[in-house]
Amino acid sequence: MSIWDWSYVWEALPYLYRGAIVTVQATLLGFAIALVLGLVFALIRQSPNRYVSIAVTEIVEFIRSTPLLLQVFFVYFVGPQFGIVIPAWTAGIGVLGIHYAAYCSEVYRAGILAVEEGQWEACTALNLSRQRTWRAIILPQAIPPIVPGLGNYFVGMFKETPILAAIAILEMLQQAKNFGAEHYRYTEAIIMAGFFFLVFSLVASAIVQSVSLWLNRRYHLQ
Amino acid sequence: MNEPRIRFENIAKRYGALTVLDNPDIPCNGKVMNEPIVRFENVTKRYGALTVLNELNLSIARNEKVCIIGPSGSGKTTVLRMLMTLERINGGVIWVDGEPLTHVQKRGQMVLASDRHLRRVRGKIGMVFQHFNLFPHMTALQNCMEAPVSVLGLPKKDAEARAAELLEMVGLSGKKNHFPIQLSGGQKQRVAIARALAMRPKVMLFDEVTSALDPELIGEVLSVIRKLGAEHDLTMLMVTHQMGFAKEFSDRVCFFYDGKIIEQGPPDQLLGNPQNERTRQFLSAVLEANS
Ligand SMILES: Nc1ncnc2c1ncn2[C@@H]1O[C@H](COP(=O)(O)OP(=O)(O)OP(=O)(O)O)[C@@H](O)[C@H]1O
Ligand SMILES: [Mg+2]
Repeated sequence: MSIWDWSYVWEALPYLYRGAIVTVQATLLGFAIALVLGLVFALIRQSPNRYVSIAVTEIVEFIRSTPLLLQVFFVYFVGPQFGIVIPAWTAGIGVLGIHYAAYCSEVYRAGILAVEEGQWEACTALNLSRQRTWRAIILPQAIPPIVPGLGNYFVGMFKETPILAAIAILEMLQQAKNFGAEHYRYTEAIIMAGFFFLVFSLVASAIVQSVSLWLNRRYHLQ
Repeated sequence: MNEPRIRFENIAKRYGALTVLDNPDIPCNGKVMNEPIVRFENVTKRYGALTVLNELNLSIARNEKVCIIGPSGSGKTTVLRMLMTLERINGGVIWVDGEPLTHVQKRGQMVLASDRHLRRVRGKIGMVFQHFNLFPHMTALQNCMEAPVSVLGLPKKDAEARAAELLEMVGLSGKKNHFPIQLSGGQKQRVAIARALAMRPKVMLFDEVTSALDPELIGEVLSVIRKLGAEHDLTMLMVTHQMGFAKEFSDRVCFFYDGKIIEQGPPDQLLGNPQNERTRQFLSAVLEANS
């Protein structure tokens, strides 16, 4: 038996392909949720109502201080005992999205706080509505600089998708493992999965970087 | 035809104990002209335990140009910021064009005004800041169009025409499509002036608008302000350390010290022949610093 056997590579490909699609889908959907919900968290934390903002701050803190796997288990296994049955796919992506939303909200917050106080004052002096102030003045300055920070979590989330295997979602690493178990041969499949993770991470980083560059140029920020 | 269409004769208006109008009898197309456009009435401002302004009273007439001078920390900026609603007041009333700025009358009592009221009254006031506060992601033209379009609901084309006109007035028609980062300090400040004017305020506030500028750029900004004063019906309230400009430009100079106006009067008198010892000390210190 050789260390590396190309025939296993060809045989494993369809497994990995199916898994890769699940992994990429989970990452994209989960991150879309994280981006939107993270922004919502960050905006609510800026609310002038102290109770609302404290409540959201606590929720974010709670999500960040408990393991992702525990949260997935909680929703998928504990939920049904209270009559809340959520399909694995929905639960997995939902929890992934919410978990990373908590992290992203911190990044958004840093971006928002970095916008100079004078910008807010100019908006008041010009009588802009609160909504318009956020949309046209604050966020266009707050978000471009934090794209790299958000991008880190994008890659981070991608690398954590194997956790979904715990609730029987056939993402890529699980597929590689299944292939190994069926063929009594793990080397090729596991290494291929690793290679794919590496390539995807590199591509994602490159995309993040160009988005960052483009946004900064688009909004004429440094 | 000599008879005015509307004439106010010995009109007085009080809200509770507050006298808003006292016998204004100068008619001018129905507008009461001797009613001050801005009036601080016993306005108090505190930061925590620190009382910055204590029962300030200050009236500013329509089209009057008032300069505020005084040592650092005397509350000059605070006065402008309260009027722009950037700071809450802790006591008293600020009247703008006959209406309380932050409060409304309800059953004889003053209650905190709604956001709508606040925005309507605030619309009469414009402000130019020491550090410009231009929107960095918008061109000079867009900076001047944003509020007219989104607040006043002006069609884009009209807003653009007006913005271009204003930029021309401040001598920047060639820089319309430049971003703030591509402009010098003096140019930025002139864009900021045009941006404030685009909202057609009745009162313009200037807070040390030349303090962040290199000396050679101060002149271009002051000459824009001078032109504004000469060509537009604008009330101007200006914090400045430029005594020469205050002297030539203003109708009145107020000397702030420790949160109070301790001396005020026409510039020639206040700057040339101050009565108060503190004023004299301040002016000679400024003179020394500038020589
Ligand atoms: N946000 C704030 N919190 C606490 N204290 C403040 C705040 N803003 C101003 N102050 C205090 O209020 C006083 C008046 O400040 P203000 O900025 O009005 O002074 P100023 O006359 O404009 O001074 P300068 O010439 O230095 O600009 C100062 O003692 C200042 O320390
Ligand atoms: Mg000041």
